[in-house]
Amino acid sequence: MHLTSLSLSHFRSHKRVRLNVDPRPVAIFGANGAGKTNLIEAVSLFSPGRGLRRASAADMARRPEALGWKIAGSVQSADGAHEIAFTSEAGAARQVKIDDKAASQVALGKLCRVVWLIPAMDRLWIEGAEGRRRFLDRAVLSFFPDHAQAVLDYEKAMRERNRLLKEQVRDAHWYTALETQMARAGALIHANRVATVARLSEAQKATETRFPVASLELTQTEGAIPETEKDLREAFAESRFRDIAAGRTLVGPHRADLYGVFSAKGVPASDCSTGEQKALLISLILANARALAQDLGAPPIVLLDEVAAHLDARRRAALYDEICALGAQAWMTGTGPELFAELGDRAQRIEVCEEGLESLVVQGTNTH
Amino acid sequence: MTRRNDPIEALIALMARLPGLGPRSARRVVLYLIRKRAQVLRPLAEAMMAVSESARECLNCGNVGTSDICEICEDTRRANGILCVVEEVSDLWAMERAGVFKGRYHVLGGTLSALEGVGPEDLRIPGLINRLETEEITEVILALNATIDGQTTAHYIADQLPGQVTVTTLAQGVPIGGELDYLDDGTISAALNARKTF
Ligand SMILES: Nc1ncnc2c1ncn2[C@@H]1O[C@H](COP(=O)(O)OP(=O)(O)OP(=O)(O)O)[C@@H](O)[C@H]1O
Ligand SMILES: [Mg+2]
Ligand SMILES: [Zn+2]
Repeated sequence: MHLTSLSLSHFRSHKRVRLNVDPRPVAIFGANGAGKTNLIEAVSLFSPGRGLRRASAADMARRPEALGWKIAGSVQSADGAHEIAFTSEAGAARQVKIDDKAASQVALGKLCRVVWLIPAMDRLWIEGAEGRRRFLDRAVLSFFPDHAQAVLDYEKAMRERNRLLKEQVRDAHWYTALETQMARAGALIHANRVATVARLSEAQKATETRFPVASLELTQTEGAIPETEKDLREAFAESRFRDIAAGRTLVGPHRADLYGVFSAKGVPASDCSTGEQKALLISLILANARALAQDLGAPPIVLLDEVAAHLDARRRAALYDEICALGAQAWMTGTGPELFAELGDRAQRIEVCEEGLESLVVQGTNTH
Repeated sequence: MTRRNDPIEALIALMARLPGLGPRSARRVVLYLIRKRAQVLRPLAEAMMAVSESARECLNCGNVGTSDICEICEDTRRANGILCVVEEVSDLWAMERAGVFKGRYHVLGGTLSALEGVGPEDLRIPGLINRLETEEITEVILALNATIDGQTTAHYIADQLPGQVTVTTLAQGVPIGGELDYLDDGTISAALNARKTF
């Protein structure tokens, strides 16, 4: 899928933007603080969730006005063209309209697939499990849009259970009732994640790539992962005593972690060099996009924030070749046009500059 | 016009607190009532007064009526051993409007939620367990909402019912007159799982 047009109104630093784009990659350049990341953040909202900064709708409203904002775009997906619009009024959560009809986040997720890599992920392999879990779940969501509902259900039931734990409630029936629900949603979450890890591994191996293969494994801090609904129910019941002492739920898919290994070297991702860690992430994002292209008949939109800057010229050229081979509309940012030189006319260019507290978007400058 | 202690303003303020009404619609309603003083406002005030004096919750099932034991609980023809458990009185009334259920009800008055501070003792769960024996219940229908809280409550109750009582829930699936194309995946898969011979 790809966008054919994008317009922003009062979204972050952008007062008014109107872009027409073709299916080629989009190279966005401009000085620090110009508004490049803001632009691709807007594109990230075309998939369900809070976008690549995980910000609230209120944070996205242009300051100082802090009124509502609007994003609209035409999307070309496997089943045809659709008009998608997002509005947020006075800080309220964004409303989605698909072809002028109010739509749910799940409906949006089925229509649009967007995957991304942002600088905040650079420390993914060395920081806490939460970031890796979130990274994995974004990939899961791109394959299984219904994953979002399972996660919501699981978290809701778990919050209820955690409250019982904190208040030291002893009513076993109550725990059982909540754990039954957690187990049902949890088993689905786990199955989706396992399937996603398998899809990513497959897709990494299936293609000749210059990026290193990351072999992935779902893990958790201690013991074997409860997999089935029954396993989970038993694990929750068994853990009650410990959980009451801790005041929270200590087992379940919310404790899962993603273990990555630089396959060719047999070195854990966390022990790899900075550049290698980044390369592993690129490899995974490309694999995600390839697998989706296979499933849906068209690649997803790919967002790469400041990825070019971290790669040497050879790696950069390899990345561009792979993106073009994939045929994805990859929105990439960088400070200068020279970072995209290797793309030649395989990409369209957009310059973003800051002019008096407002981002200005200029299209089509500097074609090579 | 907006004097304090003005009874009209006071009425508007009260109306605006009703479910489904806001300040604008409350003003419209009050103006209408004043214009129709004899035909609507007076009778309405009297009806409200009467209800405020006579309305009460059925001591047995939680239904709202004008006597301590509601009509359904009084009606021996409805003692068929089947008990339908619902969250709210409005759910009971909705079932009654459909007019197909011939048994009795039990209104919980909400759902279990630790986060909202609603525990089993805040719902009519002990009363439900009691009724199983006194009314010789053979089947309990758990007609609770398909939300996490609704389903938690359903599991909680099911877990405590004696083995000889059959526990059922309402089927989930395609609504009457519904078109498949408009249903979400969850509904479609529920409908598929609950399919039956044609
Ligand atoms: N809600 C908002 N309203 C107005 N301006 C905002 C809002 N949120 C962020 N900004 C501003 O937008 C500007 C551009 O941010 P952005 O992150 O897009 O820059 P960038 O072009 O990606 O820069 P860099 O190259 O440093 O990453 C920043 O100066 C930021 O303070
Ligand atoms: Mg940036
Ligand atoms: Zn009654």
